[in-house]
Amino acid sequence: MKPAWRLPAAIGALALAMALLAALSVLLVGATLEPAERDAVAAALAPRAMLGVALWLAVFGLAAWGLSRAFARFVEAPARLREQAQVLVAGGVSQALQTPGSADLQGLAEAIGTLVRQRSVLQQDVAQQIADASRRIEQERSRLSALMAELTQSVLVCNLDGRILLYNSRARAQFRAWSRTPQTAGGAELIGLGRSIHAVFDRQLVAHALETIRERMRAGAVQPSAQFVTSNHAGQLLRVQMAAVREPAAALDAAEAPLSGFVLMLDDITREFEQDSLRDQLLLGLTEGSRASLGNLRAAVEMLELPDLEAPMRERFQAVVRDEIGAMTTRVQSLAADLLSGMKTRWPMEDMLGADLVAAGLRRIEALGAVRVSAAEVDAALWLKVDSFSLLQALAYLAGRLVDEYEVRSLQLRLRAAGARAQLDLVWVGVGLSTETVMGWQLDAMRSGAEATPLTLRDVVERHGGEFWFERERVRHEAFFRFLLPCSAAQEPAAGEPAARSDSRPEFYDFDLFQASPQSGALDDCPLAELTCTVFDTETTGLSPSEGDEIIQIGATRIVNGRLLRQECFEQLVDPQRALAAASAAVHGIRPEMLAGQPTILQVLPVFHAFARDTVLVAHNAAFDMRFLQLKEAQSGLRFDQPVLDTLLLSAWLHPNQDSHRLEAIAERFGVLVTGRHTALGDAMVTAEVFLRLVPLLQGRGVRTLGEARTAAQQTYEARLRY
Amino acid sequence: MSHKVLIADDEANILISLEYLMKREGYEVSVARDGEEALAAILRERPALVLLDVMMPKKTGLEVCQELRANETLRGTLVLMLTAKGRDTDVAKGLGSGADAYMTKPFSTRELVQKVREMLEARA
Repeated sequence: MKPAWRLPAAIGALALAMALLAALSVLLVGATLEPAERDAVAAALAPRAMLGVALWLAVFGLAAWGLSRAFARFVEAPARLREQAQVLVAGGVSQALQTPGSADLQGLAEAIGTLVRQRSVLQQDVAQQIADASRRIEQERSRLSALMAELTQSVLVCNLDGRILLYNSRARAQFRAWSRTPQTAGGAELIGLGRSIHAVFDRQLVAHALETIRERMRAGAVQPSAQFVTSNHAGQLLRVQMAAVREPAAALDAAEAPLSGFVLMLDDITREFEQDSLRDQLLLGLTEGSRASLGNLRAAVEMLELPDLEAPMRERFQAVVRDEIGAMTTRVQSLAADLLSGMKTRWPMEDMLGADLVAAGLRRIEALGAVRVSAAEVDAALWLKVDSFSLLQALAYLAGRLVDEYEVRSLQLRLRAAGARAQLDLVWVGVGLSTETVMGWQLDAMRSGAEATPLTLRDVVERHGGEFWFERERVRHEAFFRFLLPCSAAQEPAAGEPAARSDSRPEFYDFDLFQASPQSGALDDCPLAELTCTVFDTETTGLSPSEGDEIIQIGATRIVNGRLLRQECFEQLVDPQRALAAASAAVHGIRPEMLAGQPTILQVLPVFHAFARDTVLVAHNAAFDMRFLQLKEAQSGLRFDQPVLDTLLLSAWLHPNQDSHRLEAIAERFGVLVTGRHTALGDAMVTAEVFLRLVPLLQGRGVRTLGEARTAAQQTYEARLRY
Repeated sequence: MSHKVLIADDEANILISLEYLMKREGYEVSVARDGEEALAAILRERPALVLLDVMMPKKTGLEVCQELRANETLRGTLVLMLTAKGRDTDVAKGLGSGADAYMTKPFSTRELVQKVREMLEARA
């Protein structure tokens, strides 16, 4: 019964009960009377019936008033209290409960109020703790990613399926070198969050290393690791060290924790290996070449010792000895030269602040004694790419010779920029040097104090790809040696990441992938928010692929676990091998001369295919772009048969009453900032942002999985066909 | 009766010493300067013993030795292998190809003479 009807119903029931009572009493009294008495009573009461009715009405009124008071107090107040309490239970704003009811009821309301307050304090406490914990985790993650970014070693973290959860920019740079098409995808088709490491390393190799780790874990190793060396198509050698990532749940008993993933640390050992094998060759040449020579020498010498040797034979054996000694001398000299060149190539070049180099140079020269040295004109902002060790040796060597041979007592160091290079001058006042002397100094092995090295000044300069000369400035009565040195790029752009897109922190990690289930065959059941997508767009010569229009640009970006990975993108101009209509340049701004020398579509498609491997394709008006891709299937032999989602169809399904489902219009509705519109990559980025905003709206309308989204899109598609 | 000895080595500087040494011991000596020459000389001269260098042009000493052992009529030829390769794996490979003995350069000529004499006497 509706609450509003309760009181009238109760009053009605009261009226009925009182009417029944009155009727019953009349009947009962009537039944006990004789007929004569009944008539007499009737005659006596009939004129006063109005009095009875009035009395009844008065009693009824009183009772109804009492009832309604009682009702308000004992029925309505608890009901109101219940409703208020229900609101509070449902998480409503905690406000004081209003009850005009009995003291008991008010007590109850107060108790509820106390409970609610306690609950909200608890809730706030929990929320605070959760917020603190997430902030700590976020801090740790960003600290980790900052650390990773700084590491000079390539690091990758994968889950057990071999999907990449984290990589650093160094790893990105490494795989750029591994990519068959470094200028197109820059290795982004190989390495990216959620991508499989097996695209790079043989599955068996990784499985074997994992098995080794498991075995070591079984044997009780706390930090099990494994190693393998692998090579790529270009013959580069990579040493890969694998370490275990264990389930954190059992952190207390680390040795028991099951494996949940692995860390890969990569070293390019190609050069190292080449140098090692070069050194091996040199050593082998030294040992075996010398063995043979020594054998010849020993045999000849032993023959010479024979007492009965005739003079002509003696001559011949002596010739052998002379010959072998000559050969061995040559061999040792060439070995020494090879070793020296090996030494030269092994020099590591480092980025160094020019001012630091000058300061180190001053200390180094001062240490020679007998000379005053100071800095003049040092460009404090200059960064050099140098081998500081050999360069300081060179400075000390020059200073030493000036002091010893020309009695120079005061020197200055000067450093300034000269175009793309830096001039480092060692300046003194007075005596000049002849060209022959300077030449001689350049070719002598450097020596300063007790330190000697087989290197010459020229070696040092050559190693830096620099120059060195002597110059006099007669007006100021100055002379100086000048080194021309390479500057380091002011700030090397993070590997693989165009500087223009570095405004947001690169997202090189996604630990949620640790929890990701192995890619289930039924992708259709995968929630939209967990899909790995390649969002792409193409620019074309025109609108009719069947009439010979061609793709001239492909741009793509990736979405993994609901995040847009801006730095994992793909952008490539394509030579359409046909004329470009002048009008189309107005749309996409691509002029014919920009396409000259670009790869053809048959060269680009395999890279894009690899980039889109194992992902869902997303595009705005996907049918258009897919048509272009499909028309190339026969020629390229590549099928783009993964599921496709169309943001145009999804938007139309979601908002059928909107006039426009052009990308700009949707972007505007969603407040997506549109930049770089009408470049393939710019449009792909906008499409990706739009898609990310569509996902929660679709969820709200019950479209949660890929399969449901495809069905929805299909419905719209059919509906639009009908128009 | 003097034994026939073939010396196969591409280095003239060792050949001259070995030739002198073996002649002095009273053997009938012939020389070869590469692997193919060595095989031809063995077929022609039928030496009792070959001093065989491992590193030779055209055919290595190892190949010569293997062909020697594969040939029914030449199987009895003694082979003393001489080489600059001194690693134990090289020695094993030399003996594995069928050499009777193996000497690593530089060797003592006295020991070489001794070895040759022993090998020839053991066969006789």
